[in-house]
Amino acid sequence: MSCQIEITGLVKRFGTNTVLNGIDLCLEPGERVAIIGPSGTGKSTLLRCLNWLDQPDQGQIRMGDVTVDAARASRADILALRRRTGFVFQNYALFANKTARANITEGLTTVRGWSADRARARADDILAQIGLADRGDSYPAAMSGGQQQRVGIGRAMALDADLMLFDEPTSALDPEWVGEVLDLIRRIADGRQTMLIVTHEMQFAREIADRIVFMEGGRIVEQGPPEQLFGRAQDDRTRAFLRRVG
Amino acid sequence: MRPLDTAYMWELVPVIAGYVPLTLFMAVIAMIAALALAAALAIVRVLRVPVLDRIVAVFISFFRGTPLLVQLFLFYFGLPQVVPAMTGIDGVTAAIIGLTLHFSAYMAESIRGAILGVDRSQWEAAQSIGMTQGQLLRRIILPQAARTAAPTLMNYFIDMIKSTSLAFTLGVTEMMGAAQKEAAGSFLYLEAFLVVALFYWVIVETLSVGQRRLESSLGKAVAR
Repeated sequence: MSCQIEITGLVKRFGTNTVLNGIDLCLEPGERVAIIGPSGTGKSTLLRCLNWLDQPDQGQIRMGDVTVDAARASRADILALRRRTGFVFQNYALFANKTARANITEGLTTVRGWSADRARARADDILAQIGLADRGDSYPAAMSGGQQQRVGIGRAMALDADLMLFDEPTSALDPEWVGEVLDLIRRIADGRQTMLIVTHEMQFAREIADRIVFMEGGRIVEQGPPEQLFGRAQDDRTRAFLRRVG
Repeated sequence: MRPLDTAYMWELVPVIAGYVPLTLFMAVIAMIAALALAAALAIVRVLRVPVLDRIVAVFISFFRGTPLLVQLFLFYFGLPQVVPAMTGIDGVTAAIIGLTLHFSAYMAESIRGAILGVDRSQWEAAQSIGMTQGQLLRRIILPQAARTAAPTLMNYFIDMIKSTSLAFTLGVTEMMGAAQKEAAGSFLYLEAFLVVALFYWVIVETLSVGQRRLESSLGKAVAR
């Protein structure tokens, strides 16, 4: 098994509270992995550590030829890691001072150094893919939650990241907008984009994921293909959780 | 009570008007310099840059804690006695430096507050796409903070224009200095200072109209 992304011994503490207690995870190229588990169990923290939004205390993250060690991560390492990951936030976190199109081009022009024309063409292509071809000039404040989250996903898509991270992408949405966002993520998943998604949408996780990871108490308790994990979970904690979420 | 010598006041209008450009020159140059300095000071404070942060805190405390007039005298009369490079500094330059430092201290605190008011998610989103600290400040955080801080900064600019009158104490003949000289010749102090007061008032009112326009257009852009 060849890992495209390899996480080894990841530990994150907030004060005396150990939120991640030694996470090991390997993602193969094109693998789509969903993380499930109770609230406050470190799922989002794991994603945030992979993008260095939270700084892990111990462990290693390798993405392709970039390896970052928590103990001696340089600023350049962190930027290299971030440039290989696209992050989709629960609360969209679109740049409030930029239009939908500019949200998408920002990473291309400022970070990648693309010309404005090239970035614009790419952004228009993405706007079409996310079904917002006519909203390129809209500011986030003028868009619905579903539209904002689709732009948030488009912004992450634009980076052509090795790994896309989705942190509960539909949890902040009104129910009426959840479907359109899940549809978009499903299409990205169909394109064999390597992705790690934290979600409470069990049915959705089952549909799109190659593998389900169940986390509790800062550890990976159990993982496996959806039919195995949802159908024949081995661990009592997994079964208890699945019973609770129905 | 004697009647106002309005004919004399009308005579003074073109005289004082001739000094408006100098007043505006000092205020605009000092404002631009103060904005740049204040932004830098605010960033040092927000990022808690080691050592520099402490120095900036003392700088801000000093320039907010002492009167502008005292600061101007320090720059114009005091420092040249010990700093050879400053001997022969002219009043306009000293006034611009003093106004810049004084107002930058106040403006830094406003900008700092505005930066802290920008939602954390904006920092994280910018970091997540791989922006450097400088890029995210320049492209995402400062533009949003500027909108919040704009009304307050505009107030400081208005205050700055009025404060240029203190340059007169450094021997600069600006609007206030010109009025003083005229009054000293004619002994019509009330008329002379009334004219100069009206000049300041008109300038400030004109700017206030601009300020309200600016605020309503900024308000539209960030309407939620």
